[in-house]
Amino acid sequence: MSDRAPEQVSENRVLAAFSLMLRYRNFVIGAGLTGLVIVSAFLSTVWTPHSAVKLDIRNRTQLPSWENWLGTDHLGRDILSMIMVGAQNSLIVGIVAVSIGVIIGVGLGLWAASQRGWVEELVMRFSDFTFAFPAVLSAIMITAILGPGAVNSILAIGIFNIPVFARIARGAANAIWTREFIMAARAAGKGNFRITVEHVLPNITSVIVVQATISFAVAILAEAALSYLGIGTQPPEPSWGRMLNDAQTYITMKPYLAIFPGMAIFLAVLGLNMLGDGLRDILDPRLTRGR
Amino acid sequence: MALLEVKNLDVTLATNRGPARAVRNLSFELDRGQTLGIVGESGCGKSMTALALLGLLPENGTTSGNIILDGQDLLTLDEDAMCDVRGNRISMIFQEPMTSLNPLHTIGRQVTEPMLIHQGLGLDDARAEAVRLLERVGIASAAQRLDSYPHQLSGGQRQRVMIAMALSCKPDVLIADEPTTALDVTIQGQILDLIADLVDETGMSLILISHDLGVIAETVDRVLVMYGGAGVETGPTASLFEHLAHPYTQGLFAAVPRLGSGARRGEGARLSTIPGLVPDLVDLPGGCTFAERCSISDGACAGTVPDVHAVGDEAGHDVACLKPAEAKALFAGKEGTA
Repeated sequence: MSDRAPEQVSENRVLAAFSLMLRYRNFVIGAGLTGLVIVSAFLSTVWTPHSAVKLDIRNRTQLPSWENWLGTDHLGRDILSMIMVGAQNSLIVGIVAVSIGVIIGVGLGLWAASQRGWVEELVMRFSDFTFAFPAVLSAIMITAILGPGAVNSILAIGIFNIPVFARIARGAANAIWTREFIMAARAAGKGNFRITVEHVLPNITSVIVVQATISFAVAILAEAALSYLGIGTQPPEPSWGRMLNDAQTYITMKPYLAIFPGMAIFLAVLGLNMLGDGLRDILDPRLTRGR
Repeated sequence: MALLEVKNLDVTLATNRGPARAVRNLSFELDRGQTLGIVGESGCGKSMTALALLGLLPENGTTSGNIILDGQDLLTLDEDAMCDVRGNRISMIFQEPMTSLNPLHTIGRQVTEPMLIHQGLGLDDARAEAVRLLERVGIASAAQRLDSYPHQLSGGQRQRVMIAMALSCKPDVLIADEPTTALDVTIQGQILDLIADLVDETGMSLILISHDLGVIAETVDRVLVMYGGAGVETGPTASLFEHLAHPYTQGLFAAVPRLGSGARRGEGARLSTIPGLVPDLVDLPGGCTFAERCSISDGACAGTVPDVHAVGDEAGHDVACLKPAEAKALFAGKEGTA
């Protein structure tokens, strides 16, 4: 009995871990897919199966093989390598664009919630105005003004993210401002700025984190769309959107040229969305209790 | 000179239906070390008065009159200057200890913060002082509790923490807004005793807001009875409970349930209530606001704003009633049947 105990314990642990994974399966699958994107992006900085930019015209549009796992494109470049390097691009766009949105947007939202009155009106009407244009359309508009290129597309997507975060932060912050501990903090002599930083911001972090993961997915999609249209990342820098554009010509003859980069976009976006859902389940247990 | 002097305080809240006069022409004084109880029904302006003292009215609120603390009119101060007053010279304890602490910050952080803000203490000094305060308010193993989060404490313990926070900067005036309402009865007495002891020790003044006459009777020197945003009777606690000069005060007193009170008279034990509802603050009656619910009112009461009359032998016991003699007779009659 006693010598069987450790085995049982470890079995129970495995079971417990498994049931926890099952309970948070959105989070686990989402984190797995997102992790895959991150790992391939980092791996591609030191190693790729082949060069992502070297042309090999003789071996163009090859089917997947042992040599080129996902085949080669119309210029003979290795598709797997391009997808891996493209992941870097998508990650950078996502990180920078979401950071722009979070820093400026959350700042504006918190400011609006703490000042109320005309400041709040101004910030929110500005958000409404920006919201009136669909994400990709406003990104196209901004790159049309600033000119095409990776940096400008990041900026464009980032600017689009500002009102998204401003709205979410303001809504969540307004709810926190009505809580009693805010009144208690005011009665203790704290000014609006201190209360915002010390009491409001920590209490809305979970909402912001969840929105950030979802906006990350939107940013990747928007970057792919801009690159597909030729106003995002410029060649020879590989990008998932550009790969789709290149594959378009061959879609009826060599559909796998489009399928693999398409799958990369699909899995990255799916992973981030599931990660966001999973995070919300974990960070805000009140929402799941009713299910 | 009184430490805190409130003169002709008016608080008006802008609502969809027009301005609501939450506090009307309220005046009272509070000496250093004195304790004042404010009683009245829900919505009579007790809490609004407290918030006005701290300059924490909701956005739609405006004040007029004077709130003079130590010779300085608080209503003329700007927001920064008021931040120096709040938590430093005037502190407040709230009704709901369960929600008045930030769930994300440790007890230690929340108790030390006012000292860090107002007194410029170093973190170590502030923590040492916080331990001393928490021990004083009766938190066991206070040093370890500094690193606890609010959810790890019971309601009574949280209210003790709130008291420690409020006392941390040795305020001149402590406002306690229904500090025991959310606690169970066994804890209520302990918290009130603690507040009373602390007032004696520190020599600060106390404004205790409550709808519980028992709480008021035991804890404070003076009582202010509010109705419909105005003070209707004020006086030293003993004199006020002896005379109950305003019909509203009498009704409030009669509404306190007493065990066996009905049975002794051979009636069913029906609770006594004041007929009617609290007046609508947007559409206040012109004369005495209590006239509609008062058993001795007549046509004159509805049209005339009542003057203030002195009551009893003790100085400072005043009542705002147009028919002090009838009210006295009414009280005598009630005493007779009881």
